[in-house]
Amino acid sequence: MKKFFSITLTFVIAFGGLGLGQRILMPKYTTGIVEGALIEEYYHEKAPHDVIIIGDCEVYENISPITLWEEYGITSFIRGSAQQLIWQSYYLLEETLKYEKPEVVIFSVLAMKYDQPQNEAYNRMTLDGMRPSVQKFKSIRASMLPEEDMISYVFPILRYHSRWSELNSEDFAEAFKRQRRFHNGYYMRADIKPVETIPEGRVLANYDFGENAYKYLDMMVELCKENDIELLLIKAPSLYPFWYDQWEDQMVEYAKKHDIEYINFLELIEETGIDFSVDTYDAGLHLNVTGAEKLSMYLGSFIKDNYRLKDWRSDGDLAEIWQEKCEFYHGMKALQYEELEKYGYLKSIKGE
Amino acid sequence: MLFTSHTFVIFISLLFLLYYTIPKKYQWKLLLAFSYVFYFIAGPKFLIYIIITTVTTYLAAVRIGKHYRHLDAYLKENKQTLTREDKKAYKSGVKKIQWKWLLSALLVNFGMLFVIKYINFTIANINWTLEVFGSGQGLSFVSIALPLGISFYTFQSMGYMIDVYRGKYPPERNLGKLALFVSFFPQLIQGPISRFDDLAKTLFKEHQIDAKNMSFGLQRILWGYFKKLVIADRILVAVNTLIGDTAAFDGSYVFVLMVFYTIQLYADFTGGIDITIGIAQVLGIKVQENFLRPAFAKNTAEFWRRWHISLGTWFKEYLFYPISTWQPMLKFTRYSRQKFGDRIGKRLPVYIAAFAVWFTTGAWHGSSWNFIVWGLLNFAVLMISDELKPLYAMFHGRFNVEGTFHHKVFQILRTNFLMSAIRLLDCYRDVPTTFRMFGSMFARADLSIFTNGGLLDIGLNVEDYWVLAIALMVVFAVAIAQRRGSVREQLYSKPAIVGRAVFYLLFVAIIVFGAYGIGYESSQFIYNQF
Repeated sequence: MKKFFSITLTFVIAFGGLGLGQRILMPKYTTGIVEGALIEEYYHEKAPHDVIIIGDCEVYENISPITLWEEYGITSFIRGSAQQLIWQSYYLLEETLKYEKPEVVIFSVLAMKYDQPQNEAYNRMTLDGMRPSVQKFKSIRASMLPEEDMISYVFPILRYHSRWSELNSEDFAEAFKRQRRFHNGYYMRADIKPVETIPEGRVLANYDFGENAYKYLDMMVELCKENDIELLLIKAPSLYPFWYDQWEDQMVEYAKKHDIEYINFLELIEETGIDFSVDTYDAGLHLNVTGAEKLSMYLGSFIKDNYRLKDWRSDGDLAEIWQEKCEFYHGMKALQYEELEKYGYLKSIKGE
Repeated sequence: MLFTSHTFVIFISLLFLLYYTIPKKYQWKLLLAFSYVFYFIAGPKFLIYIIITTVTTYLAAVRIGKHYRHLDAYLKENKQTLTREDKKAYKSGVKKIQWKWLLSALLVNFGMLFVIKYINFTIANINWTLEVFGSGQGLSFVSIALPLGISFYTFQSMGYMIDVYRGKYPPERNLGKLALFVSFFPQLIQGPISRFDDLAKTLFKEHQIDAKNMSFGLQRILWGYFKKLVIADRILVAVNTLIGDTAAFDGSYVFVLMVFYTIQLYADFTGGIDITIGIAQVLGIKVQENFLRPAFAKNTAEFWRRWHISLGTWFKEYLFYPISTWQPMLKFTRYSRQKFGDRIGKRLPVYIAAFAVWFTTGAWHGSSWNFIVWGLLNFAVLMISDELKPLYAMFHGRFNVEGTFHHKVFQILRTNFLMSAIRLLDCYRDVPTTFRMFGSMFARADLSIFTNGGLLDIGLNVEDYWVLAIALMVVFAVAIAQRRGSVREQLYSKPAIVGRAVFYLLFVAIIVFGAYGIGYESSQFIYNQF
């Protein structure tokens, strides 16, 4: 019995130690490319959402759930991540449905341009943040490049072991308690870099979206149908990556065929009031906070009018939760403006 | 399947699990199945070569064994009637038939090895000769892939054949068991080259779970991974950088390469053998040791008694002795003694046999001149050392340094320098380049690279050097501790917590400091290519 206890204790200490090491070694994305920390924040949510938004940077940098709440009382969360591939979006949605059942799902269709796995770093930013689940496993399997392996996703220490030489105080401090950085999945940027030129899209050999991309879009449509969820497809008003007319035609046709709403915000620049001389922080690639708020105003109005969404602002418990979120949002906004004035750049994001 | 891949770890874990859960009588069959799966994954088409080797070895050995049995029976039956001459004549007749079987097996297997491994080298040399003599017409090269571990399993099988022919032990009559001996996967790709009578003692036996054996085996596996992943694969980046740009990295960088490649080769090869022996030990199988702290060798001869022991033994038993005891060689010995006197006459045939051994050893390592020159340089160093023995004795007598600590250190450093210098041929893979680079080490020596950050230009950063330094200190400490006997036994004699802590630290060190995964070049063990 004593021996059994001793061996068990050894195993607990051994695996506990490795687990601790793993948490310390995994990147925290505290400065620079902070997008890597997006996915994980969802699991700390205390209240359900009527709207779930999935997709790449065209959602998490262009839509503000706080504006949706403040203006329309809509509860929403963006499960977005950098270069989120459509199968990753699909499995994230499937996983989200384990936790809650939204009324509306909004999907950014830019992901249709990718039919195959693309980049290990982006894969990691989406997949490492997910909690262990069947969906995570399937998403990894669908996303892996030939040089990647499943085991290093299951045990990320096998991928990040070499970070031991670059560990800093944040790696230790955030090993257990992650600092909140986003606003229901929205990545705030208050800086401005106006659009000067709009690059033309290069000529492609083939403009057809791939079979794999369509397969997952079909699956997403089916999943929403099965769960009685309205699916809204959107193309964000980002000026590039270039959105080709041929792509637009395919999306319009797909939406029509499946009786789904599709909005291309590139065609609604005037209506949304977006001004690319002040509403973007990287010359048209992504909107800044003012741009995101303008887009959210329009989007909120559209979904409020078209779907059965309740205004939750009068719900005491929810209002309390969201009050705290709003304070965090406005506090960060104020801080960013202050930093811009003081340093000319966002010190809290770009680091020293 | 790389030994360092996750797939391999899963592969052996599955084997360990099944091995001790199935009925014991099927254990060796399971090993055979896993060995063939391992080989199949390496390349399905390579299976044909190992099957040919297995079947031809089996058939020839069984035939030879059958003749031994007939011979014994015949001699027993006719004990009373046969004269001494009759017996001798009958034995000689049987031996001739057996020789034909042996020769056939040797020709098929070494012939196959020659065609696969050396045909393009031979063609290149023929073409070069034709070019020298002005013929524009060269022979076309043959596209043929080198099957995994062919040099190892061919030598191991042929060693078995020769032993059976010599009557050291009877042939294995179970084709499956012989197939396992030839293909036993842990040692298939980099040795050691086992002897049948040695390996068979435990290979086909039924094994019970033995906690101590298993724990020792796992520790040995971890130790191997530590050397391979923390040291060899980390320093590999620098070695490749130094070899890759001879224009930029000449002079003192050549010395750095010499040292780094020695470290890499040592950690890689001994690490690989540790994994092999460790896996076998977990399975209850005893595989012979292949190294005996070679870095502490005080001369070249001693180095070769400590390094890749199984290959040295193979050449000694199956090439050196047969050449030395070959009738024409014995005649030559008598002749040379008469002609040159006892001192030279006695050694000349030994040197001829040693020359053949080292030429073949070089060729065994690879089908290019750099390997052959590497072998011959080893031979030259050994021969010169032998010839200089009287001079050394005189020097030692005069200065009274023999056996002193400083002299031992000097001898160790000298041996390592010589061996490392010769190994440059393995690095540059080209004889003129190697000699040119070796010369530049002296002609363009620039010691400032050790102080001006030059060592940070070769793919390693400060952290890498720290890891390497600490890991090498650990390896050195273990080597020192080994002089008092098995380090695992020493740990075993201490409270269990000590052993577990060491085991755990080793595991964590591999996980954290190992050079594996994306961002690191995944590398095969160096000896896999042979």
